[in-house]
Amino acid sequence: MSGMQFGIFTVGDVTTDPTTGSTPSEAERIKATVRIALKAEEVGLDVFATGEHHNPPFVPSSPTTFLGYIAARTQRLILSTSTTLITTNDPVKIAEDFCVLQHLSDGRVDVMLGRGNTGPVYPWFGQDIRAAVPLTVEHYTLLRRLWREEVVDWEGQYRTPLHGFTLAPRPLDGIAPFVWHGSIRTPEIAELAAYFGDGFFANHIFWPPSHTRRLIELYRQRFDHYGHGSADQAIVGLGGQVFMRRNSQDAVREFRPYFDHAPVYGNGPSLEEFTAQTPLTVGSPQQVIDRTLGFRDYAGHYQRQLFLIDHAGLPVKTVLEQLDLLGEEVVPMLRKEFQIGRPDHIPDAPTHESFVAGQQR
Amino acid sequence: MTALVVVSGGLREPSSTRLLADQIEAAVRAELARANSPATSSVIELRPLGRAIMDAMLSGFPSKELEAVFQQLAEADGLVAVTPAFNASFSGLFKSFFDVLPQETLSEMPVLIAATGGTERHSLVLEHALRPMFSYLHAIVSPTGVYAATTDFGSQTGVTERIHKAANDFSRLLQACGTRKRRDVFTEEVSEMTRLLASTKTGDAYGSSEPAG
Repeated sequence: MSGMQFGIFTVGDVTTDPTTGSTPSEAERIKATVRIALKAEEVGLDVFATGEHHNPPFVPSSPTTFLGYIAARTQRLILSTSTTLITTNDPVKIAEDFCVLQHLSDGRVDVMLGRGNTGPVYPWFGQDIRAAVPLTVEHYTLLRRLWREEVVDWEGQYRTPLHGFTLAPRPLDGIAPFVWHGSIRTPEIAELAAYFGDGFFANHIFWPPSHTRRLIELYRQRFDHYGHGSADQAIVGLGGQVFMRRNSQDAVREFRPYFDHAPVYGNGPSLEEFTAQTPLTVGSPQQVIDRTLGFRDYAGHYQRQLFLIDHAGLPVKTVLEQLDLLGEEVVPMLRKEFQIGRPDHIPDAPTHESFVAGQQR
Repeated sequence: MTALVVVSGGLREPSSTRLLADQIEAAVRAELARANSPATSSVIELRPLGRAIMDAMLSGFPSKELEAVFQQLAEADGLVAVTPAFNASFSGLFKSFFDVLPQETLSEMPVLIAATGGTERHSLVLEHALRPMFSYLHAIVSPTGVYAATTDFGSQTGVTERIHKAANDFSRLLQACGTRKRRDVFTEEVSEMTRLLASTKTGDAYGSSEPAG
């Protein structure tokens, strides 16, 4: 796999299909997500990422359990998250869970960290949302040490101290899972990612491109400032949201009720306004290709593109059809077109193998 | 040059809220001119922004049109904010505009508050609704507001004197505060993270060396 990675990310919402009134059970939603993840590999995508939520109507509260199951049933797919809550999870448990997943999947793992913006989750897990930023920094710096140092002695403000702690199992081949930092809105996360030379993933769904551009420019400039490489070598990922049918009018007609009733979009701007103002693309595969190639105009050459395709009550059959279109038409064309004019010094998307190769050099 | 922005929450046309807003704006400019401190002014009418305001509330981001208005307000040195009194408070549209306005836009901004209403019985809406909201938003609220009831537009009730008194107080406040230093929350947030990261003695990217810088 060279250059860019393409994949899908899921929120894991259980939402009533507005066209039929039927609501999947939690079991059905989880099993549907398995089918979607397996299909992602089958159609030639590179990455599957799951969200993490701790309240209804969402099902993915235990991402590494889910990803472990997917790991056993796939060969190439990279398993990731979108996002893993660095604030409310214990960093020791994150370190352990992802190391086990690394070993099970032979290194097909990375992780996208996020703060989480559901207020009550913080107190449910014994934390305080007002401390989200310092908590993120403290937890993440501990997580890094756990993955990199044999014996960790650590004291901080938000967690029980650790003395003489050794993480088990150690990371596969002594290489920590690659970390992306995901952000919808906040520039702090771009700064955090840049400081450590980690990846920066812009959610790119809820906000206009002008906002994403500003976040990515900041991240690239700070990546350079902290000495990890030139600005155009920073590791950028983007979200995106698509709904496709061969004929674009069919796509709009079919998607409109889902958009109109979606908890996050419904009753606000119209589908047309939302597609004009945000990266949401509803249309033919060619329209998705053209729009996605346009992301490079403001994000620069980037490493990972994830699409959201399975939310708002869309039936699993429809989602699998979206994956067929992505795999057959959209992604092959994106791989080819994104490679054109991509300078040699732009890094490929990081993988476990690329870090192993780096160690051996 | 002092940049004044007027926000008018009037709904009808012609609007008595806009009429009051215009009279206050003219009075403030006259006061500033007398003090050799010329001003420019522009008006933001909320009614045409009604849908954009509600869309921003529901979607979480402003349309281009609304973003331009936010920018206009962010660059102001002073604000004249006028709302009709609805149900013992400001109008919902007026409140919604300030609810979607980016954080800290009004911080340290001198604000003259004013309201219109059917009868003078609602005049304390200035003190009970507008003043606390703008204080909460870290604006510097001028001590004298203007309330105009319907009868004020056609009788000798002293509304003109009240406007002049309010304009005089506000212009002195504007001059005392001077050109406003804008808050940039984006940069502030990044600086806060930079400071936090600098205070942690951690490793560096890819586990090899200390971060440069």
